[in-house]
Amino acid sequence: MTAALQIEGLSFAYGAKKALDSIAFQVEPGECTILLGPNGAGKSTLFALITRLYDAREGRIALCGYDVKRQSLQALAKLGVVFQQTTLDPDLSVTQNLRYHAALHGIGKKDADRRIQEELERLNMYERRGEKVRQLNGGHKRRVEIARALLHRPSLLLLDEPTVGLDVPSRQAIVKHVHDLVKQQNLAVLWATHLIDEIDADDSLVVLHKGQIKASGKLAEILQSTGWADPGQVFQKLTQSDKGGPA
Amino acid sequence: MRIVHYWRATAGIVGRELLRFLHQRERFVSALVRPLVWLFVFAAGFRAALGIAISPPYETYILYEVYITPGLLGMILLFNGMQSSLSMVYDREMGSMRMLMVCPLPRWFLLCSKLIAGTAVGVLQCYAFLGIAWLYDIQAPLPGYLWILPALVLGGMMLGALGLLLSSFIKQLENFAGVMNFVIFPLFFMSTALYPLWKIKESSPLLATLAEYNPFSQAVELIRFALYEQFNQWALVFTAAAFLLFIGAAILGYNPSKGMMVRKGGGD
Repeated sequence: MTAALQIEGLSFAYGAKKALDSIAFQVEPGECTILLGPNGAGKSTLFALITRLYDAREGRIALCGYDVKRQSLQALAKLGVVFQQTTLDPDLSVTQNLRYHAALHGIGKKDADRRIQEELERLNMYERRGEKVRQLNGGHKRRVEIARALLHRPSLLLLDEPTVGLDVPSRQAIVKHVHDLVKQQNLAVLWATHLIDEIDADDSLVVLHKGQIKASGKLAEILQSTGWADPGQVFQKLTQSDKGGPA
Repeated sequence: MRIVHYWRATAGIVGRELLRFLHQRERFVSALVRPLVWLFVFAAGFRAALGIAISPPYETYILYEVYITPGLLGMILLFNGMQSSLSMVYDREMGSMRMLMVCPLPRWFLLCSKLIAGTAVGVLQCYAFLGIAWLYDIQAPLPGYLWILPALVLGGMMLGALGLLLSSFIKQLENFAGVMNFVIFPLFFMSTALYPLWKIKESSPLLATLAEYNPFSQAVELIRFALYEQFNQWALVFTAAAFLLFIGAAILGYNPSKGMMVRKGGGD
């Protein structure tokens, strides 16, 4: 089976400052991988490279087998993204925002409207489709963004701290929805966060600190091999000092 | 299938820009107020101070308001181009630029579509301005209003491409004030928009040379001649060459491996 996301020997530097140092991991279809790391760990740089805002000079990123640098169009077609900041147009309605995204992916209007209905209904947002995005609260905006990221049926969903600034019920709803998608649609998810309570027992974990991977694998396996009690402890132990910890 | 995808994407980008424009009425009004103030106040006051001799494309003595109208159309396109680039910097800060860049189409194509969208808005503003100028008795021959369409499109694309190029250099929105001082004002005042070349030559031959080779001047002259159903070949070649130069540099600026984006650095 081809991995939804394959990262091999990836390094990146801003001038002399190294942001990522030879990292490697993969995300399989039907797998939710949590990318844990404190601020400045290199999460945003990694996301910028996967979404091809910059090109990596060292290493390789492949989406469903397509090299992001050499086969970028095929690779990007497989990718759905929810960025950290809201990227919806506040002056346009929910439907107008989603239709714009569908057009960028070459989806015709009829097909787009059908998919918009499907995705919004799944998130209980369909009846609010005519409202301007400005009128929605933070949680609802996030739901629309997730619906948008799924419109073109991607194989990999990238979520860059999507729950920052949301209240607890909204956060829980989004966490549950994404985990349901992984199970029901065999979607691969890479979720960057620093909120430990968003991690499910079945999830995989990649702990990034100062541009290096400090641990990666199934959460249960990491806990078993380290003897640490929970993901919080894993995060704390691996990101508070530069020593120790399995790689 | 691919061509349909390209077509839908361009239609989507242009449609979004027009929708945004319609929803932001204050933007439309302010885009019109600026040239109208120049026309009604500046030009009226300047009329006595500046006599315009007969020079092509004009075949008779003209009022200063008539002379300045193509220059003000250029001004609309210039400000619109810069406004588009401002919104690109804003979009990049807010992330929606990344949303565009992550869709599976070549980056040069997305930038060109964005440019077409911005130009469409600028051309609409120009026609609205011409409508008001018509009521103010500044009237060109009717076919001229059709002739200027390609001139407005090319001028708008050239100035928009310049804005796009600038937006690839500007890291933050705050730096945009510098664009006003170092790009918009010199381009506008050092041009044939407000005074004819021979008049500038009288006071400063150097300034006249700078004005002659200013791409904004050439875009204005292209529009001026077109409005009177005449074709200014030199202005067309110059404007088209400037467009190709600016768009080429802008595409390079947004290139993921070579562009300024890499040097600017990311979030963390």
